[in-house]
This record gives sequence, structure tokens and C-alpha cells, in this order.
Amino acid sequence: MIRATHELHERRKGRNFGLGLILFVFVGIVFGMTIVKMGNGEDVLGTGMVSQEAAQ
Amino acid sequence: MSDTSVHSIPGTTEPELRDYFALLKPRVMSLVVFTALVGLLVAPIPVHPFLIFTSVLFIAIGGGASGALNMWWDADIDRIMRRTRKRPIPAGRVSEGEALGLGIALSGLSVMMLALSANLVAAGLLAFTIFFYVVIYSMLLKRWTPQNIVIGGAAGAFPPMIGWAVATGGVSVESLLMFMLIFIWTPPHFWSLALFMNSDYDDAGVPMLTVTHGNDATRTHILAYTVLLAAASLALAFTPIGGPVYLVTALVLNARFLHGAWRVYRRTTEAATADAYGVEKRFFKLSLWYLFLHFTALLADAFLRAIGLFGGAA
Repeated sequence: MIRATHELHERRKGRNFGLGLILFVFVGIVFGMTIVKMGNGEDVLGTGMVSQEAAQ
Repeated sequence: MSDTSVHSIPGTTEPELRDYFALLKPRVMSLVVFTALVGLLVAPIPVHPFLIFTSVLFIAIGGGASGALNMWWDADIDRIMRRTRKRPIPAGRVSEGEALGLGIALSGLSVMMLALSANLVAAGLLAFTIFFYVVIYSMLLKRWTPQNIVIGGAAGAFPPMIGWAVATGGVSVESLLMFMLIFIWTPPHFWSLALFMNSDYDDAGVPMLTVTHGNDATRTHILAYTVLLAAASLALAFTPIGGPVYLVTALVLNARFLHGAWRVYRRTTEAATADAYGVEKRFFKLSLWYLFLHFTALLADAFLRAIGLFGGAA
């Protein structure tokens, strides 16, 4: 039977919070990389679009 | 059967994040981070600080992934060796399947993300490093030949090359010599460890040179590789990334390392047993400082160049 609060949830609480934090940081890293690459005028997505700074 | 019994295996504890982190061999990762960072910073092409951070992070994760795959493959001998018995798999904290899954997932992730963060050359070198450490070293060489450490040492020597490739997008004499420095340093470093941890490798059936050819042959090999290492170390001083700090550091460290290797070479097993392998242990510790200070000196010269001293453009 699956209960809303199971002792498994309690046992894995620390691990789940840790994993959540890692995923959050990962999203931040991907976002940061995108901003930096776009700022440099690099066509990171291969769309043919470049940043305004690079175009100028 | 209650649902509690499905999720709880008697006698085992729930693995925590730190157990998974331990699978990544954090101590090896610290060496990977340091040497990759130096390789990147001494390169002549500047990189955005955020991309330095992300690139080194993904190189470290790639190194960690290969560590997890190595622990998955070597779980059987890790249970036997005193040095490795407390690792997460032999200690029963993480299952072999979890280590395999984590290793494969992080390998793929790190290579793809390095390609995005830096370039395909750096990502390709990282992929090759993981392949080399897991397949060539762990699966093929480690249990087969006493030259395991010599050839397998290449895996640990790639990080500064990858760091250099992150900045330059290629390979050059400077990055090859940084590779050679770690590559030739690895055998005397590990063989000196094997001299005083001999029984471990013997019990596990790993054909370390100490097991197959004995301590005397190992001592000769340590001296021979230390001479070769001095040549590679000094050659790096005369490349564009070398400088006065590196030259002085290399001269002092090589003099000390050669002296240490000579003392190890002159020892007999009886003398070593009498003082609990004191000379060999000191040589092993010196080897750690040797590598750390060489790369620190490269960084110091890069800094001096950046502020316009000793050949700087500022």
C-alpha cells in the first residue's frame, strides 16, 4: 500500500533534497553558459543567430 | 508482506549522497581539478571565468565518473585490499549496479556538457580519458601486466591537456610535456606506494611490479623513471609556459627527487623492514609535493607574465 507519508520518504529526505539542489545548480550552470556564449556572439544552438554585440 | 520489508534490506543502510560522492574518488578528482585548471590558465588564449569554472567542473565530473566505473569493475579486489576495503561498494553502502549506472550517466553528461562549455577537442579528449582509464587500464591492463601503472598512468596525465584544449582548441608541445610530466611521474609514485603496501596487491592478485619482479627490480625501475622524469620536467622549463619560477622549482625538486630515488634504490628489503619503510614513505610523500609544486610554479610564471614580468606582454 502506498501512503502519502511513508518512512521511506523520511529516510531519503536528505538525499532527495541534495539531489534537488544539484539539479537546481545544474540548471543555473546551463543558463549561465548560455548567457556567456550568447554574449560572446557564439552560435551555441546552431540557429544562425548571433548576439547584437557580435553582429556590430 | 508489508511494504516496509520491500524497501528495507536487513543489515544495510540507505546510501546517502556522500556515499555516491565517495564513488567519484574525491582525492583523485582534486588532482584532476588542479592540473586541468593549471593547463587551462597557462594557455595563451584567455577564457571567460564562468566557462573556466564550468569546463573544469565537467572535467572533474568526467574524472569522477571514471572513478565510479573503476570501483564497479574492481569491487571484487577492493574487498580484499586493506587500502580499499572501506570504499562504498565493498563496505556495502552502494550496490555495484548503482555505481555502474552513476558512472555511465556522469560520463555521458560530462562529455556532452564539456563540448558545449568548451569545444569538441576537449570533449573528445575527456571521452578518451574515461575510456582509457576504465577499459584500457581497469579492464585490460591492471590484472594482466606489471606495466599496468606505466601505461595506465596516461589516464591521470590527460587533465592538463584537456584544460589546455579548452582554451586553445588543440594540442601542442606545451600540453604534451605537461602530459609527460604526470605520465612519467606516475610509476615512481605508485611503485613507492607498492613497496610498503606490497601484501595488499599480492593478496588481490594484482601483478604490481613488486609482486611479479620483487622489490629490488622495483627500486631500479623507480630510479630509472625518476631520471626520465627529470628530463621531461626540465624540458617544460624551456617552452613558452616555463619561466624563472618554474625553472628554479624544477631544479630544486628534481635534485631532491633524484636523491630520494637513489636512497630508495640503495635500500635492501631487510633495511626497509627494519625502519618500517621510512625512506620509501618519505619518497612517496615527496612525490605528492613534486607534482603539486611543479604545477603551482607553472601557474606562478603565468601570473608573472600576465602582470608584465619575465616575457609578459603587459
